[in-house]
Amino acid sequence: MSEPFELELTVNGTPRTVRVAPLRRLLDVLREDLALTGTKEGCGEGECGACSVFVDGELVNSCLVAACQVEGCDVRTVEAPDLGNVQAAFLEEGGAQCGICTPGMVLAVQAFVDEWAARGREPDDVELRAALAGNLCRCTGYEKILASARTALRRARP
Amino acid sequence: MAARDNHGTGAPWDDAFRVVGQPLRKVDGLAKATGQALYADDVQLPGMLHAKILRSPHAHARIVSIDASAALALPGVHAVITGADLPIRYGVIPWTPDENALAVDKVRFVGDEVAAVAAVDEDTANAALDAIEVEYEPLHAFLDPREALATPEPQIHADIRGKPVRGNVSKHVELEFGDVEAALAGADLVLEGEYSFHGSTHAPIEPHCAVAQVSADGLLTLWSSTQITHYVHRALAQVLELAPERIRVIQPCLGGAFGGKSDPFALEFCVALLAQRTGRPVKMLWTREEVFYAHRGRHPMQMQYRCGAKSNGRITGVDARILIDGGSYSSFGLVTTYYSGQLLTGPYDFPSYRFDSTRVFTNKPPCGPKRGHGSVQPRFAFEVQFDEVAERLGIDPIEIRRVNFQGDDTQTVNGQRITSNGFLRCLDLVEEASGWKQRRGQLPYGRGLGVAGSMYISGTNYPVYPNDMPQAGIQLKLDRSGVVTVFTGGNDIGQGSNTVVRSIVAEELGVAYDHVRVVAADTDLCPVDLGAYSSRITFMVGNATIDACRKLRHQIVTALAEAWEVDPRRIRLMEGRAFDVEDPDRTVPTREAFQVAEARFDTLGSTGSYNTPQLGGDYRGGTIGASPAYSFTAHVVEVDVDVETGIVRVPAAWCAHDCGRALNPTLVAGQIEGSTYMGLAEALLEEHGVNRFGLHRGPSLLDYRMPTSLDVGDIHAMIVESVDPEGPYGAKEAGEGPLHGSIPALANAIHDAIGVRLRHLPFTPGTVLRALRDQGGKGEGAAVGSTAAATSKREAR
Repeated sequence: MSEPFELELTVNGTPRTVRVAPLRRLLDVLREDLALTGTKEGCGEGECGACSVFVDGELVNSCLVAACQVEGCDVRTVEAPDLGNVQAAFLEEGGAQCGICTPGMVLAVQAFVDEWAARGREPDDVELRAALAGNLCRCTGYEKILASARTALRRARP
Repeated sequence: MAARDNHGTGAPWDDAFRVVGQPLRKVDGLAKATGQALYADDVQLPGMLHAKILRSPHAHARIVSIDASAALALPGVHAVITGADLPIRYGVIPWTPDENALAVDKVRFVGDEVAAVAAVDEDTANAALDAIEVEYEPLHAFLDPREALATPEPQIHADIRGKPVRGNVSKHVELEFGDVEAALAGADLVLEGEYSFHGSTHAPIEPHCAVAQVSADGLLTLWSSTQITHYVHRALAQVLELAPERIRVIQPCLGGAFGGKSDPFALEFCVALLAQRTGRPVKMLWTREEVFYAHRGRHPMQMQYRCGAKSNGRITGVDARILIDGGSYSSFGLVTTYYSGQLLTGPYDFPSYRFDSTRVFTNKPPCGPKRGHGSVQPRFAFEVQFDEVAERLGIDPIEIRRVNFQGDDTQTVNGQRITSNGFLRCLDLVEEASGWKQRRGQLPYGRGLGVAGSMYISGTNYPVYPNDMPQAGIQLKLDRSGVVTVFTGGNDIGQGSNTVVRSIVAEELGVAYDHVRVVAADTDLCPVDLGAYSSRITFMVGNATIDACRKLRHQIVTALAEAWEVDPRRIRLMEGRAFDVEDPDRTVPTREAFQVAEARFDTLGSTGSYNTPQLGGDYRGGTIGASPAYSFTAHVVEVDVDVETGIVRVPAAWCAHDCGRALNPTLVAGQIEGSTYMGLAEALLEEHGVNRFGLHRGPSLLDYRMPTSLDVGDIHAMIVESVDPEGPYGAKEAGEGPLHGSIPALANAIHDAIGVRLRHLPFTPGTVLRALRDQGGKGEGAAVGSTAAATSKREAR
């Protein structure tokens, strides 16, 4: 059960194979085995969202996902090459203070933008706040993160 | 040290700033947004071991024996250390060294560190912790500060620095300015009330982390999530008995601190010693639960206040008695005890003032400095009582704050020098933006507005350990490529201090913003700075940066004037170019100007320093709380109270903050928003407390109830620029002041909404419902008056 296995997955568009214990956290696979340290550990128990990544398009807490659950999956992290719109919005709006929540927030905002870019109406304030409610920030009071999300959505619209 | 004397408050070249005042991007913004920024936990070294700490399950106990032999025998375990290996006590305040990295003889709270293990991985280290046998002899645990005050035995600390401790009293300060009793006797109204502040903690999203490596030549390098690199350097030298020149401390990118990473922590000493013992790099990352137990958060305080006022609203005197629950160690407690009284003497004029503050030890996680160190709790009590004074006298709560304004260029009753003071402007802004005049008292039952004012220090002239050297130092290096590298010991903890330094250099030397590199918080590379506490970096490091730049600028201008054979006053360095102001066609890129200067003066570099002027009252403790400049803040908070559930929502808060000059308005607004959020969060949701066994009530972010984006309302940040004569270009602090007023403004808004005075934090739904139930019953003081107000509001509805 706990014997290491050959985990095959796609990370940021590149096929990767790593030999890991089946219950190793995806967070550790990314940070330690694949040296993708952009994904952060804030609590290790699924409460802060700093370790958010996409697994097959779903935003998940990578500290709660075991290696054996992502066999053959498509994983996207903050190091993915196609997040420039959201990252630029954070830079311009001052969305990052200490920055430890920022990688997770960038992905949460990307999920929000993906969901809302094609819709015919603007999200209201509660819909926007709800989209980011799985990611905690201790620095900003969320104001400038919300501003970053609005800017990113505006620019993603056709 | 002459920095403050020679730069003035205006733009360096003429009337207009080019860089300062612009909402420029953070120096590390892109690295953070792309995940490239490196934090302590991102440091991975070949052969690195992982360390874990064994913690006490008892709140107070004698250690009878420790047997680590079984742990050491486990495969993959490289070393185990205990208190016997690190016997030297330390403490961030040099007068109160009462901590050991690992407990010696006894433990003082659940979570106190007992032993540390280095192993090949975290799982092995955790297994080793389970294999360590510790025999304890439990002692009576003090969990109530009143009991600790009244009961001298058993002592939590018998002696500190060779001096016996009196019972369980950590620090007592009693100061009186003017004759308070006479002032109260001469008042038309005297209110007396009891207030309490529960505990709260910083909870930065990055847990504490440290990595140590010992090189072949014996140099110990420590990467740590500290906000005060210099103190960690000193403490390591002291505890490890290692010469300071054999230690290098580096603060990588830091994932939030808020005061919670100001003390030297056990993990820093443990990884250092374990690296020495094993010859391999060692990392320790605390779990979220460990961060809660490490704490150093806001002290619980029980406060009695008396305030006397004339019928026109003018305060005659204020009298405070405060019991401070310090938890198990001193930490910054000596300063906290002073701050609990010393920082209340603005923005209002107190003709007389007395405070009597006692900090006691209890067997709980140690308290320390959290954003607004020591002064947030008294500010809550006073501003709520002051609101009640206004109500009793029939004066508008904003108006009574205007009436008592102390003015600028003045001195407080306790001898603090006030320079600029933009408090009236702050009041005007929040009054207007919140629609105070039209809406207060007119909102339906359950909704209300409240106001509060506050002040805070821009650094302090009490430098923690006394010495005659500068508090802040800067080194500059000019490169022929046109790049300027600035070396600062200042700790950028997310507040953006490196960005401020970069902006000042770009402004002063006229180089492009992104041609300035900032190297910070590395004790081998950077001159000493006292770190990120007391809201000192923008003010002190900013002044030191200007000082360093002016020296280099003089050389560049002189060299260019000689080369062009013009008066040096005609030379300007701006926006990446040097030019002759009377013949603008005569211009070169700053890079070429640097080369001309280097040819003339040899290799180019400079240093700059800042130290505070002599400040403070002429009495024991008079320098604690003395600052070269004070910031001022006004808050208006709007609440929506659900009287069925007791849930209080804050749909909007307005905060106007006098930061002197906003060197970067985006950063200043970010500090105002973050501070206001943090205050409202600890007032409404968060609580750091222990149960009857000394166990933390909820050592996780969920149980601690840290707010999500859905729990926070709109925060409107407004900047007031009073242009302080002492600050860099007139700047003052912005990182802590804007927290203070948020909590009492919330309490005052709840009173406006439902007519009850809440004097005891936190304002949980249960507290609110109880207060509503008791309304009109046995409520204290003005409760009778407030019931009347509530009744009339109900009728109006």
